[in-house]
Amino acid sequence: MNEVACNAAPAPAMRGPNDYKSDVKPVWCPGCGDFGVVNALAKAMAKMALEPKDVAVVSGIGCSSRIPAYMASYGFHGVHGRALAAGTGLKVARPDLTVIVTGGDGDGYSIGGNHFLHACRRNVDMTYIVMDNRVYGMTKGQPSPTTEPDWDSKLSPDGTGLREFQPLVIALTSGANFIARGFTGDPNGLAEIIEQAVRHPGFSFVEVLSPCVTFRPEQKEWKKIVKADALKPTADMTRAARRLLRDTGFELGVLYAGERPPYAPRGPRALRTPSELEARFAL
Amino acid sequence: MKKTKLPRTVEEFMAYAWAMEVEASDRYAELADLMGTHHNREVADLFAKLARIEGKHRDQIAAQMGWTKAPDAAVFRWETPEGPETTDYGDLHYLMQPWHALKLAEHNERRAVEFFERFAAARVPADVRAAALEMAGEEREHVRLIGEWLAKVPPPEPGWDEDMDPPAVAD
Repeated sequence: MNEVACNAAPAPAMRGPNDYKSDVKPVWCPGCGDFGVVNALAKAMAKMALEPKDVAVVSGIGCSSRIPAYMASYGFHGVHGRALAAGTGLKVARPDLTVIVTGGDGDGYSIGGNHFLHACRRNVDMTYIVMDNRVYGMTKGQPSPTTEPDWDSKLSPDGTGLREFQPLVIALTSGANFIARGFTGDPNGLAEIIEQAVRHPGFSFVEVLSPCVTFRPEQKEWKKIVKADALKPTADMTRAARRLLRDTGFELGVLYAGERPPYAPRGPRALRTPSELEARFAL
Repeated sequence: MKKTKLPRTVEEFMAYAWAMEVEASDRYAELADLMGTHHNREVADLFAKLARIEGKHRDQIAAQMGWTKAPDAAVFRWETPEGPETTDYGDLHYLMQPWHALKLAEHNERRAVEFFERFAAARVPADVRAAALEMAGEEREHVRLIGEWLAKVPPPEPGWDEDMDPPAVAD
């Protein structure tokens, strides 16, 4: 796995994608879409020539939240739904790090739904990658916020009858500065989107369609449905909103790249050291 | 998906061929690891073998071209989401058998033949066309070899994917 192209020694500036993967082997089901995200993330990191020590991958709980263990960067596998809270804290304390928060639809849109809204609103400079398979896979197939209302399963006979959560709409209206959708069956395209997301200032949100072959085998058909969005990204919220009105949920690409300045802590820099903060705030 | 740029030189053309082998080799190695994680040792070993074969092709191209570092990645733009010889993650099953893995490999090699034949048929310089025809011939030979390999492997019996203890039980 860590073979180097042309047998060249991996100089720090010449790392290949495999150098960004750890020695821990993923335990996901064969066929799981999440493999494509590890692949794309590693490719994006290699393309940007990021130093692994300068990157932190933070996650919550769920199948997809295992990603930090599979990357050779710093990682934090947090608690359910709180990945964005941990990532926000880390980025504010260590603005020099590239913070990439990862998770699934249940973790991010249900348990962590409130954190999602406020991460968009705060616009801290980090990237949030959500692997959306429209099901809770780790706990054996319960409907998630993005599950279709008529998805009939043993745990949701006749479907939930509930309207799906609309991640891109919520992200746009809550203030995310970069909004895109990728697909795990196109790791190269996804790597390009992740690279743009990381480079864009502020809170970047990447919704990734990631099939669950175990509990949603019908999602294997997604590769026949997805299509690249022919439109260029817009910085105009109104135009982005109009495009979302026509969105089928399978258009891939960057929807919105805004110009809102990212959050920067106010006050003198010295107040950000733990001792300064303690002196000012500790009881 | 994006259009593959037509190569203007043999160097550019071989960069495509090299990238295709890199992707294929890396993916087979990844699939070997993941099937090993799921204790499907036979298929894991087969994918590892395929990774070594594709890795050898990759190194042969690099040696032939005298490359000491990877060619510029910016030239690679597959028409499909991934390279023609790269196995789709979604085509796997944890109970798959060596026959399935070889069928995937055969499918990949056939796509590689088509890929190079398309280059040969396109408006490219004569030396690029000659190189494309040569590569298509090599890939055709790989299809034949995998066909022979497949003939020695028993096809799966009906119900091969039935699991007495399935992961999707939700009762």
